[in-house]
Amino acid sequence: MKFSMASAPGGRAASSPLMGDAEEPTIFELSVPARRSFSLRDTAVPSMDLDEIQSWVREDAVELPEVSERDLVAHYTRLASRNYSVDLGAYPLGSCTMKYNPKFADQVAAIDGLTNVHPLTPPEAIQGWLRLLDELEHYVCEITGMAQATLQPPAGASGELTGLLIMRAYHASRGRKPTKVVIPDSAHGTNPASVSLAGYEAVTVPSGADGLVDLAKLRELVDENTAGIMLTNPNTLGLFEREIREILDVIHSVGGLAYYDGANLNAIVGVARPGDMGFDIVHSNLHKTFATPHGGGGPGAGPVAVVEHLVDFLPGPLPRSLDGGASYTWVTPERSIGRVHAFYGNAVVLARALAFMQYLGRDGLRTMSELAVLNANWLKTRIADSFEVAYQQPCMHEFVVSAERLKAETGVRALDVAKALLDAGFHSPTVYFPLVVHEALMIEPTETESPQTLEAIAQALEEIVATARTDAAAVFAMPRNTPVRRLDEAMAARKPILTEDQRQ
Amino acid sequence: MPSFAPHTEEEIEQMLTDLGMSSLEELYTSIPSTLMRTEPLALPKDLSEIEVLEQFSRFGADNSAVRSSLISFAGGGAYDHDLSAAARHLGSQSAFVTAYTPYQPEVAQGVLQALFEFQTMVARLFGLPIANASLYDGAASLVEAVNMAVGFTKRQRVIVSTGVHPGYREALATFGAGTHLEIEHLGLAADDSTIFGSSDGDHAGAAAVIVGYPNYFGAIENIEQARALADNEEALLIVVADPIALGLLRSPGTLGADIVVGEGQSLGIPLSFGGPYLGLFAARTEYVRLMPGRLVGETRDLEGRRSFVTTLRTREQDIRREKATSNVCTNQTLMAIQAAIHMAWLGKRGFQLLARRNYDGAHYLASRLSEIGLVPSTAKFFREFTVHTMGSATELQHRMLQHGFLAGVVPPNLDDRLVFAVTEARTRTEIDGFVDSLMKELR
Ligand SMILES: Cc1ncc(COP(=O)(O)O)c(C=O)c1O
Repeated sequence: MKFSMASAPGGRAASSPLMGDAEEPTIFELSVPARRSFSLRDTAVPSMDLDEIQSWVREDAVELPEVSERDLVAHYTRLASRNYSVDLGAYPLGSCTMKYNPKFADQVAAIDGLTNVHPLTPPEAIQGWLRLLDELEHYVCEITGMAQATLQPPAGASGELTGLLIMRAYHASRGRKPTKVVIPDSAHGTNPASVSLAGYEAVTVPSGADGLVDLAKLRELVDENTAGIMLTNPNTLGLFEREIREILDVIHSVGGLAYYDGANLNAIVGVARPGDMGFDIVHSNLHKTFATPHGGGGPGAGPVAVVEHLVDFLPGPLPRSLDGGASYTWVTPERSIGRVHAFYGNAVVLARALAFMQYLGRDGLRTMSELAVLNANWLKTRIADSFEVAYQQPCMHEFVVSAERLKAETGVRALDVAKALLDAGFHSPTVYFPLVVHEALMIEPTETESPQTLEAIAQALEEIVATARTDAAAVFAMPRNTPVRRLDEAMAARKPILTEDQRQ
Repeated sequence: MPSFAPHTEEEIEQMLTDLGMSSLEELYTSIPSTLMRTEPLALPKDLSEIEVLEQFSRFGADNSAVRSSLISFAGGGAYDHDLSAAARHLGSQSAFVTAYTPYQPEVAQGVLQALFEFQTMVARLFGLPIANASLYDGAASLVEAVNMAVGFTKRQRVIVSTGVHPGYREALATFGAGTHLEIEHLGLAADDSTIFGSSDGDHAGAAAVIVGYPNYFGAIENIEQARALADNEEALLIVVADPIALGLLRSPGTLGADIVVGEGQSLGIPLSFGGPYLGLFAARTEYVRLMPGRLVGETRDLEGRRSFVTTLRTREQDIRREKATSNVCTNQTLMAIQAAIHMAWLGKRGFQLLARRNYDGAHYLASRLSEIGLVPSTAKFFREFTVHTMGSATELQHRMLQHGFLAGVVPPNLDDRLVFAVTEARTRTEIDGFVDSLMKELR
């Protein structure tokens, strides 16, 4: 096959480190007694006596570091320079949708009238926030094909548990107590963990040779004890479950509900909707599909949207207008499962996501998904000679290849490929997930990488494979250009040092 | 069309040609045609960047309750502190903001070391040996702590003080529906502190005893008494602590808590209408293998350099799956980093001074209110206390908004009370002005 893209500089971070490979001291090591950065206003409030609480008063101050602001700034600036990020280069980490996070959304997140508002302010004084949340709920419901949504869950996993508790409340309201929730063997780890926390037993349905749910096996598994199913579609192999209608019919026929894990929504926005597929409960990972930054691990946002007959169970409070949109207030549904967050979820993250949606609009959102799928298919096809593509059918926004052959021939494993890619200036794909593919490399380029960057990633992968064939030891020794090299993870786990004070 | 995808029309054509396709629709042949949408989404068309910003400025302008125009005496789990420029700027560096979970530690030392330092600060603050790298918020931390206690003791029964934040208790009840939690409550005395009851008698055994420190109404609880009850029940003692209070008060860990959780918003995170906030979690070392969330540990790299890595990963959902101790994946790392920077900016002395200013402010307000007949019910408090209003508290709060004050928070289902909070951001002039306005309203 012929590919028409040339590699071009830009998508890789290979030029980044400025100097040095020394350790960065910890902030505690930078501490000098009596140094300070803080500056507090003079409140003119008199000093009040402590007599009442004397027996609670601590003797020593908490051992926080004492540093100058100059040292503080230098420390965290140096730390930042020791970290890969989307802003630095391509981040094809499968399942995580590490797309570019637009800067104007940072400005949205800094608007005084949004960030400096106390959550327990009476509704009359927070009309802007209530309107904003209501509008986001509308976007989420239209995109997923659902009736109403809670914006409280602060991440996908929290959304899963929220959705499963809604499922539970629904069954209870009908006097039923089914015990099992079906999940495919390719499911993300949060799915089975959430199932257990919701008090259900996770039952695994195997994937067929085509990477899709084995419908015949599913039929055998499902009975009146089945509370529902949790599916990602496209699934974690990047494949669309073509028989989704039939799968969900099986579940619905025993009175079960269908839960859609929206982690992979980036493939289908404006193209297909979970609601039209027959799902009843849907969470969206706004930090993936709608480009809110991942923050080194969080915060995220995982709104849960439901079909009409489940709206009564949604966590409250919900922003609602009781006068046709003139004003908004908080309303808690009658049979609400209760709060899942102390307040209303990661509100500022929600604002960023809405801003992104408004920017792209109805057509731009669809194009976003189409180009994510185009990029994934192109890169998959491009690297098919270097790695076995796990499943042959067209992929959605991501795909999984296996390093099994490479490992057999050279000893170089998926992990080594991931480490070597770091040396080339790219972040690694997700490795060893999903579990159904041996030596899995799960690659999600997202729509925001250029075709030139995709070509550069492909060439880097080719080079790694070539090096593995001639000099596997060189690959095992990678990365060499990163701030630190491979770590002794066993030592970290054997005798954990989790704080400065646990170090001997 | 607006897009953050860099592709030119021509490049899209070329890529499709490489794939032997003639249109973008062809990418979706694996989706049954009956499921393909033919109609565009019923959403507005795209906007320019500036139009979106203007739209959000309007949302902001429709919130009259902004810090710059409203003087706040509200707390209830979200506090109006002065923030440091350093935390804001350093915490907004794109290397932190646009990274994800440090799965590849060789290129994530920045986030990992910042989290290791954060864990150290939280552990020292709470007086316990270990802390995790963050959970969603104070409520989530409490829920996770209870799950951990249930897992450890194999008991379903938990004893919760009604002084624990009502939002956290509600979240505990919500999630407890899945884990079959049996929640028993401890009532409050007239001074808003928990009645621990007599510690003899027939005890069924519990997974955990849970108290606030200080509690939602402001009362500084007697942790030793809570410990005694926990011992009697062979339960773990979980303390929901206000981190700022620990600049002045003895830490719950040293007073006998097994797990300390809390909301970290006070540590340099803007009010943000309730989120993103920061769930804090610390525990005794023996529970390390049951801890929820990420743990960052120290190790060495190939060349012997000190480095950091997420560790004890077998606790986590991606490995343990249905047997995981917690389902958390995405957490609140960025807030943890910002909190660590803010704590370092305050430093040992600043943190102490800050706590004292909060104490002084609250006690000054309390003494002024006592002068006008609003005597706090809370006897021993730090920066938050409760007063009983004659009429509806919601009504009074509404009227005080007209004077430019956010007059505390109304506890759910207790419309005859207001809980006031004072931080270092409140000046004597503001406090005096607040008391004057209250006096006018109450006359
Ligand atoms: C398929 C899938 N489901 C669920 C999740 C959990 O989402 P979160 O990390 O937001 O909790 C993820 C996250 O990586 C995922 O990839």
